[in-house]
Amino acid sequence: MYKYDAIDRQLVNERVEQFRDQVRRWKAGELSDDEFRPLRLQNGLYIQRHAPMFRIAVPYGMMNSARMRKLASISQKYDRGYGHFTTRHNLQLNWPKIEDVPDILAELAEVEMHAIQTSGNCLRNITTDQFAGVAADEIIDPRPLAEILRQWTTFHPEFAFLPRKFKIAISGTKDDRAVTWFHDIGLHLQQRNGEVGFRVIVGGGLGRTPIRGEVVREFLPWQHILTYCEAILRVYNRQGRRDNAFKARIKILVQALGIEAFTKLVEEEWAQTKDGPATITQAEFDRVAAHFEPPAYEKLDEPELPFEKSFKNWADRSIHPHKVPGYAAVTLSLKKHGAAPGDISAEQMLAVADLADQYSFGELRVSHEQNIILADVKKTDLYELWQKAKAAGLATPNIGLLTAMICCPGGDFCDLANAKSIPIANAIQARFDDLDYLFDIGEIDLNISGCMNACGHHHVGHIGVLGVDKNDSEFYQVTLGGRQGNDARLGKVIGPSFAAEEMPDVVDKIIKVYIEHRHADERFLDTFDRIGLDPFKNRVYEGRAHGKAKAAQPEAA
Amino acid sequence: MAQLIKNRTATLDTWKTLELVEGETPENVELPTGDVIFPLAVWQARKAEIISCHKRIGLLIDSSERIEDVADDLDYFVIIAVNFPKFVDGRGYSTAALLRQRYHYQGEVRAVGDVLHDQLFYMQRVGFDSYALKDGKDVVYALQKGFTTFGETYQAATDQPQPYFRRRA
Repeated sequence: MYKYDAIDRQLVNERVEQFRDQVRRWKAGELSDDEFRPLRLQNGLYIQRHAPMFRIAVPYGMMNSARMRKLASISQKYDRGYGHFTTRHNLQLNWPKIEDVPDILAELAEVEMHAIQTSGNCLRNITTDQFAGVAADEIIDPRPLAEILRQWTTFHPEFAFLPRKFKIAISGTKDDRAVTWFHDIGLHLQQRNGEVGFRVIVGGGLGRTPIRGEVVREFLPWQHILTYCEAILRVYNRQGRRDNAFKARIKILVQALGIEAFTKLVEEEWAQTKDGPATITQAEFDRVAAHFEPPAYEKLDEPELPFEKSFKNWADRSIHPHKVPGYAAVTLSLKKHGAAPGDISAEQMLAVADLADQYSFGELRVSHEQNIILADVKKTDLYELWQKAKAAGLATPNIGLLTAMICCPGGDFCDLANAKSIPIANAIQARFDDLDYLFDIGEIDLNISGCMNACGHHHVGHIGVLGVDKNDSEFYQVTLGGRQGNDARLGKVIGPSFAAEEMPDVVDKIIKVYIEHRHADERFLDTFDRIGLDPFKNRVYEGRAHGKAKAAQPEAA
Repeated sequence: MAQLIKNRTATLDTWKTLELVEGETPENVELPTGDVIFPLAVWQARKAEIISCHKRIGLLIDSSERIEDVADDLDYFVIIAVNFPKFVDGRGYSTAALLRQRYHYQGEVRAVGDVLHDQLFYMQRVGFDSYALKDGKDVVYALQKGFTTFGETYQAATDQPQPYFRRRA
């Protein structure tokens, strides 16, 4: 994992003092609320419904046990003893005091963490594949370039006040696991004639106007990634819309200009800076890459795994192929039934840190599916690891299954939300609590967002659930057939939206249609692609007058 | 009156900025004498006239205006003022960067408009060298803290054309 040098450390410490001073001036009335807002957002601090929300960066998802223990201690000291992992490699605290945030930042800096640019209209945290560096299908490890990009984005003077937020994702595998087609910039590392470079995708995004990104350059040698990103950002900073926040993302600009005209602008801009000083040197790449050298793997044979049903159930769901024989990458589920998806208690953080130390060289990752990954576990340790993870409530065998849903904090916590999302997730988990049934249903991504900002990535869920507000009541719109990966696409709306209490039934009906129609070995998505939307639609709206959603029952106080 | 910071000191502004009032157009506005900063539209409409009666000329460019449109005229300007209608409108950073990095403009580049303490560090980095700090803001404190927030920087920019990775020991 990347370790700070003296300058990295100095910058993060200076950031803490800068923010401490900004908070002081805001409290003293020297900074107005409007003047303070972008400053606090660029340090991850939202002012929310119940309390401030504070978003801590986990750059490209990489953590170690010391960082996790620090997060545990911060969540106990300054919050209510838990945190929430988001879909973009961040940890959110829901109950900090604004006045405490400078001290929290100072504590984070001790373990080389920060909240720099985790919100606001600026360059955000870089995200990547949670199995980077260990995945069996990896072409190139994206982490060194992710770190180089992190440094480039940090306090970039020209792009601190963009029209809107800007998110970059990098993937270095055959199967895209970083949702790169739905980022402002998506980067695919690839090799061509022995040269390493990027396919550069621009203008994707979920949110209110979901759009799949388009390729702006098929192959860009890696040395040019900073100058090329700078060209893209400069075009966007100058020409992106600033009159309407809902039309301010780069995807709207790309759509308005068309990809060809947009590409021409970028290439013209790039021609001016190409090969300039910001071209990455081999020495810098090597310096950073040295931080991501593989750990001291042992030479191991592939062991027989114990045949115990509940262990096997867990192992089948939780293990990802590793490039080194005898090792596996293990996903610890933060999707325990009845808990808020992505939430982790301080006790669990400490347990995870211990597991990382004991079984995975002290390192761990967070995934955009809101789970924890131990990337380098000996297969011979799996059984022991499973028992300890189970004791800590981290071994729900549901990774990739219906109840391991992606879910935003929703209306319970977030000011932007139109509707609650956690109770919907919990109600669906309760309905599908039978593990045998869950396994029988098989692989399926169910993603829930409490509003069209789409933090829960509902558009790319096989089943997507979107909270909407209708006359002050919460309703849920369902989409089917969305997906992430190389063939990423948006789900199709099934029809009118549903009341909250209908949702478990609706999902149940959708699943039943799949089970009735599936061929052997067909996953939900395969069946959906074969039979289309109509059979699902007919079932969920059966018996309804004109397919209208039932009126919501007003909630009893 | 905004408070002017130039060369890291508080100083008096000797420039007037021409502002069009109701009924005036770039074509009909009376051109004041002295050191005047002219809005881009006035410059474009009255270029010959301005050159003939002004020794020292300033240009005001708004966030939505393109510096490319006056790229051939830059030698005329002693000062170019880049307006920030709101401090969150970041277009002016690119304007200044282009002026310095692409057009190698050597005159004064001044940030005007909604110019606040917490943006001075970035402004300095992209190439501004004077700042009309917004009324009511503490100019002494800005001078003390606003330009030295960070002791080092990662990226190449106008103030430091070499990124940090090329300067590592």
